[in-house]
Amino acid sequence: MTLKKLKATDRMKQIMGGYYMMGKQTEVNGWITSGAPVELLYAMDIYPVYPENHGALIGAAKQGPYFSDFAEKRGFSRDLCSYARCDIGCVFAGTSPVGGLPKPDFLFACNNICNTVIKWYQVLSRIFKVPLFILDTPFVRKELKESYIQYVHDQLYEFVDFLEKTTGRELSDSKLKETLIKSIEGVNSYSDVLHMAKNKPSPLTCFDAFLNMAPIVCLRGTDYPIEFYAEMKKELVERVKRGEGAVENEEVRLLWDNIPVWYRLRWFAEFFADRNACLVADTYTNAWTGFISMDKSDIFWSMAETYTFIYLNIGLEHMAEAINRLINYYDVDGVVIHSNRSCKPYSFGQYELQKMIDVPSVVIEADMVDSRVFSEAQVETRLEAFLEMLK
Amino acid sequence: MIVAGIDVGSLTAKCVLLKDGELVAYKVIKVSPNLEETADKVFGEALEEAGINKGNIERIVATGYGRNKVSFADRTVTEISCHAKGALFFIPTARTVIDIGGQDSKVISIENGKVAEFVMNDKCAAGTGRFLEVMASALHLKIEDLGDVAERANRATKISSTCTVFAESEVISHLASGERVEDIVAGIHEAIASRIAAMARRVKVEPDVVLTGGVAKNKAMKKALERELGMEVKIPAEPQIVGAVGAALFAMS
Repeated sequence: MTLKKLKATDRMKQIMGGYYMMGKQTEVNGWITSGAPVELLYAMDIYPVYPENHGALIGAAKQGPYFSDFAEKRGFSRDLCSYARCDIGCVFAGTSPVGGLPKPDFLFACNNICNTVIKWYQVLSRIFKVPLFILDTPFVRKELKESYIQYVHDQLYEFVDFLEKTTGRELSDSKLKETLIKSIEGVNSYSDVLHMAKNKPSPLTCFDAFLNMAPIVCLRGTDYPIEFYAEMKKELVERVKRGEGAVENEEVRLLWDNIPVWYRLRWFAEFFADRNACLVADTYTNAWTGFISMDKSDIFWSMAETYTFIYLNIGLEHMAEAINRLINYYDVDGVVIHSNRSCKPYSFGQYELQKMIDVPSVVIEADMVDSRVFSEAQVETRLEAFLEMLK
Repeated sequence: MIVAGIDVGSLTAKCVLLKDGELVAYKVIKVSPNLEETADKVFGEALEEAGINKGNIERIVATGYGRNKVSFADRTVTEISCHAKGALFFIPTARTVIDIGGQDSKVISIENGKVAEFVMNDKCAAGTGRFLEVMASALHLKIEDLGDVAERANRATKISSTCTVFAESEVISHLASGERVEDIVAGIHEAIASRIAAMARRVKVEPDVVLTGGVAKNKAMKKALERELGMEVKIPAEPQIVGAVGAALFAMS
């Protein structure tokens, strides 16, 4: 079977190719975690390097075990996150599928996505002998307290001091505002794309979303995502006008939970398409859709709020609520839950979540990058049985 | 109408022939590395047993982890759906099916005659038939004798490792420290039962609970599970062919 391809994906490859090229020529760069406020970097013309995106790229290139091995040989456990292992492994290997990442001038880790990033970036800091800034976001078990926001808000000011000292540049207020407005526009344009999956049949699958998510992660705050996702939306609107679904004969609509299995993206996409099932949405790409508020009088406050209350930094009740919201919005029949060996905060509590969500679900065990833990026959049986149950 | 259900598992392959909904013949054989050949062989033997010609078989459904290797099947259905259907064939009041297979164990909850929920063990042989095989070989016992040996235990030796490989060395060290073989075997049954029960609690466990798979022939296993779950566990007349019967029932519809 041939999967339907979006023209946007070619454009995305161009943009991301350019992004990686730019990294080799840039004056100042900082390595940054996926959930960190990148706007501050773009506002100071600092190039952000994303080891996690690089990890995903290595996974998609099916090179995970190869690069991970460079880290494992030095004693990094296989139980660690495979993005971290691959990133550190590539540093030791001195290369990667994109010829390695440019050496950082500083490191910026925000623990709103996990606590592995703290140790991971400390390791990088020792290897490269460059300064590290950790933005510490308190975990929101129940409510997002004002004291939490205040705490993060104050650190953002410290971070600006850190950036100014490290780079010798000054942050301009107007440039930051401009960057944040672009960031919000980019997020809105990106959300519009994901929302297209509300249509029946859906013009896109979560696999299309995974493939095309890099611009919102890496280039948020620039013009690229705004234009790219507007273009992508046009293509999807055309599909809807023609009544064309991403999957022929869409019978079952599903939601994906967790980071994709990068080295099996095509396999999963074909598996579901062959069985008239469409994964219309996922919790992962949706994590980049929300700015809670944008109070222009205190943008640091808004940023503190936004970056603290993100999907991986909230309690189970909030997570279940977020999933149920997606289930309802996209009208899905079931949830495919990826228990990801790498990503503990994402995978912890999934069996509890199963009881808290409104539709049936199935758990499959895998890893986002480390293909050594993937068992095709086991995954296939669970998914097939789940579809038999739903139909 | 005559139909066939073929269940190619990790250790054994089963074939069942149904005529107008009645069981007319079945065969169970060991799986060889060539799954296609195995499927062909078990099908051929079942036909011979029944004295039925291949041409008279209206439809064939394959299930089990080797289901996609049965090239002559009309379609495939997963072992989850097949075990539920097969269990209902033998015990119509079944609400929960526990299947302990060669490399998979699963718990299926049934509502209105359909699969409502299921859980399976993952990437680990603990709580599967394979676990029992490894233990039997470590103790120089035949797998089919394990149940009887366990019945003669005074108490159950605690096996704390959930990993098959580590449990094997634990068993050997228990032997070395003079524990009775019977007690160790009883402990092995309890270890599996507690593992299965923990998995079962993720879905609703409601009576009647039916135990299927080759391991169900082991009486000590049934008792250990009953203790863990606190309810009676029923065993179909032929627990090993439940999946194949389910497949054959799917072939009828």
